[in-house]
Amino acid sequence: MTAPLLDIRDLRISFQARDGQWAEALCGIDLSLEPGKVLGIVGESGSGKSIAMMAFLQLLPRGTRVEGSAKFRGEELIGMAPARIRKIRGKAIGCIFQDPLSAFNPVKTLGQQVVEAIRLHDRTISKRDALKEAERLFELVAIPQPARRVRQYPHEFSGGMRQRAMIAMALANKPDLLIADEPTTALDVTVQAQILDLLGELREELGIGMVLITHDLGVVAGIADEIAVMYGGSVVERGATEPVFYETAHPYTAGLIGAVPTLDGTGALRQIEGTPPSIFSRPPGCAFHPRCGRAGAPCPVDTPRLLDRGGTACACHFPLTETAEAVRPARVLDGDPA
Amino acid sequence: MLAYIVRRLIAIPFLLLGVASVSFVLAQMTKGDPLAALVPERMMSNPEIVNAVKAEWGLDQPLPLRYVTYIGNLLQGDLGTSFTTRRPVSTDIAERLPATLELVIAAMIIGTALGLSLGLLSARFRGTATDGLARVFALIGSSLPIFWSGLILLYIFSVRFSIVPGTGRLPPRVTPPPDVTGFYTIDALIAGDLPLFTQALAHLALPAFVLGWAVTGIITRIVRSSLIEGLSQDYARTARAKGAPERRVLIGHALPNAMIPLLTILGFTFAYLITGAVLTEAIFAWPGIGSYAVRAAASLDYPAIGGVTIVGSVAFLLANLLTDIAYAWANPRIKVH
Amino acid sequence: MAMTSPDTAGLPPRRRFAGSRDLWRRLPVTAKIGALMLLFWVLTVLTVSLWPLADPLAMVGRRLQPPSGEHWLGTDALGRDVFARTMYGAIWSIPIAFVVVACAVVIGSTLGALAGFFGGWNDSIIMRLVDVTVSFPPILLAMAVAAVLGPGLANASIAMVIVWWPIYARLMRAQVLEKRENEHVEAAVAGGAGRLRVLGVHILPLCWAPTLINATMDFGQVVLLAASLSFIGLGATPPSPEWGSMISEGATKFYSWWIAFGPGMAILSVVLATSFLGDGLRDLFDRRSA
Repeated sequence: MTAPLLDIRDLRISFQARDGQWAEALCGIDLSLEPGKVLGIVGESGSGKSIAMMAFLQLLPRGTRVEGSAKFRGEELIGMAPARIRKIRGKAIGCIFQDPLSAFNPVKTLGQQVVEAIRLHDRTISKRDALKEAERLFELVAIPQPARRVRQYPHEFSGGMRQRAMIAMALANKPDLLIADEPTTALDVTVQAQILDLLGELREELGIGMVLITHDLGVVAGIADEIAVMYGGSVVERGATEPVFYETAHPYTAGLIGAVPTLDGTGALRQIEGTPPSIFSRPPGCAFHPRCGRAGAPCPVDTPRLLDRGGTACACHFPLTETAEAVRPARVLDGDPA
Repeated sequence: MLAYIVRRLIAIPFLLLGVASVSFVLAQMTKGDPLAALVPERMMSNPEIVNAVKAEWGLDQPLPLRYVTYIGNLLQGDLGTSFTTRRPVSTDIAERLPATLELVIAAMIIGTALGLSLGLLSARFRGTATDGLARVFALIGSSLPIFWSGLILLYIFSVRFSIVPGTGRLPPRVTPPPDVTGFYTIDALIAGDLPLFTQALAHLALPAFVLGWAVTGIITRIVRSSLIEGLSQDYARTARAKGAPERRVLIGHALPNAMIPLLTILGFTFAYLITGAVLTEAIFAWPGIGSYAVRAAASLDYPAIGGVTIVGSVAFLLANLLTDIAYAWANPRIKVH
Repeated sequence: MAMTSPDTAGLPPRRRFAGSRDLWRRLPVTAKIGALMLLFWVLTVLTVSLWPLADPLAMVGRRLQPPSGEHWLGTDALGRDVFARTMYGAIWSIPIAFVVVACAVVIGSTLGALAGFFGGWNDSIIMRLVDVTVSFPPILLAMAVAAVLGPGLANASIAMVIVWWPIYARLMRAQVLEKRENEHVEAAVAGGAGRLRVLGVHILPLCWAPTLINATMDFGQVVLLAASLSFIGLGATPPSPEWGSMISEGATKFYSWWIAFGPGMAILSVVLATSFLGDGLRDLFDRRSA
């Protein structure tokens, strides 16, 4: 058994509000990722899925309190000296962001920006060689005419091409881990599929471990080995992809699956009613209980713990599957506690 | 953007016509008979002389004709004749323009360099004492009456500590360098006269600093706020995720983006520079068009002040046009289209 | 208390009262300092004649004395007390700046509102006039106008109004153009309200924030320009203790730095105060243009 590439234990993040109150954005989560595997983190906005990753890379704004542990290849990242973590950022861990237009510097060519990514970690490479490398990377991510494209500015690219360029830049230093934060959200549906295919291929070819953060369970379904579903700053369900989909235990996960349109047309698009809580007004007990069809007496009082249930680990007082029996998720949303 | 610049270019002649018309109207409104300035008192009773002078200056013609003549003269670069120097205003201005340009350009360099450095410092060390000091220094510069700061600094550096020489462009009885650009510092260098260059530079230093300090405030402010905004942008996060140290994020990413708002503000600071130049020249006895205008205004020499106003407006309009062009050039998003 | 329904809390007088209290609380510290500094100068204008100060126009001591316990800022070339003159200077600078800004706001806003609301020829003529006026560097236009009208504070004030009105015309026109599209305006028009009534009742009340913020900032700038004009001999005439002309007197008595010191600091304090206050107000009300 290999050591985990990324091992997060009891990671907590708090923000200070204007009035000086601390609000917990992440209430202690555990996650881990083996080398070369893909972990999908799924949740609505405000669930804490992105800031968990930004936290251990120390990319959160000042005035954020981060506690707990996040080990990368056995090395603790939380509290690591800035000079040391800069050596890891962009080198061993690459990042892709949601909106590739704003994530690129508008006044520099894409080539310049990829060259910078390379040369920040290896001063011995000349600018010219780095630009050649940038062209090769553009080719790797299937950007046509790379020699011309590296001389263009971000606004001259289409959304999908920009995201490819972003991926190329993240891969510049052959990272072991790629963190993709909503990589397809800002793109058209057809382009989304292409980018996901590209990520899948890269993972096959390069053996990179990936954390894929998304609000869309459909995005991770085809590519992730494991899935963690987050809600209100906690992981509510976690496990290998298959059991999460077919032996869904948490009502929220079931709701998300219901929210995925099915191709055969039997299940119409379903939405979970209500809106996710903000970190400043999170309900007591299980954060999901106000929107949950199965909520009972303990839910508003007692925060459920994430318990291993064989197939998946789930944090719920009334899980959908006592055994490994599949439940049709749609019924949950009708308010029928099966 | 190109269409916008073309539109601005087309508008400029019309604006200039407007400026000239306003100037003509003001000239007609001038209190005191222009004759009084032209004809000695004791000859006023002599109708022949008076009529001859009227004919010579075109004062006997009807108003619309005078307007047409006035505009026609302007188009030929004739700004009229100064009552006080008795010379063509255009000659006076041409003679004094290099001195003003030298002062304004030096001030612009100082102001931009100072504003950029202070803006960078205060963005890098935001919320610290360094930030506070940089901002206070910049703010005071733009809030001080320039004729007062000039006076006080002249007192401190010239009278009290003799660090810089006094007023003027060169010490008295020193011959200026042969005229090439009209900038004494550059002309002295061209002539290879290093001691003269040092003297010219020493005379330039304090007025240029005073004037530069006045625009530092605006520049610091815009640089600081654009940099701070830049540091919170997604592209800054991307740069950090690539492993860039904070200083590089600031200088390599936020700063290039801050140049665009900086360029737009430079045209705006030009108005401050002209205002400041007029007053600075008055304090430092700098023989440019600013001190010429002050003297003209004080002696109600309308042709002179009107001429300076027209020249100043042309410069002002050109500066704004240049700003637009520079803006389009600096912004790749615009350059392409 | 039990009678208080949520609705009564929304009544205009109460809301207004709570609003101004709330406004003060939300202002940044610098803006509060600015407001207090301005208040100080306004009070000085109103009460300075009651202060136990030397006569600003009389010779009260020996000439050109440096600062001392008796004459805090020394005496000038005519033996007048510089501190007293500085304080009395507020009587000139502050009201003049107020009148200039008020005239510029009224003239500029009226023309701007008409241009924005009626459009067409009104708009073209007014805005071309604005374009031409702002083509002049401000101080040169003011100098030219003041030179034509002759020296004196009244003429200098007219010159400054001519310099400043276009700013408010542009501001107000942009505001009116924006607010004209509001739904409640369209509703009023559909309801058959007269055009001027629509402008006066439904549009203008929404347009004041940027104008007032700008006016606050400009107040200091007007004080500065008025002093500049006086400094070059186009504003106040001696012996009035106007700040600019006091500095001008100081410039001729070069070694007696104290003559110019007081009025310079006075101008600085007004300019700083208005930019502090203006910045604070802009942060609160008009984030877009910040």
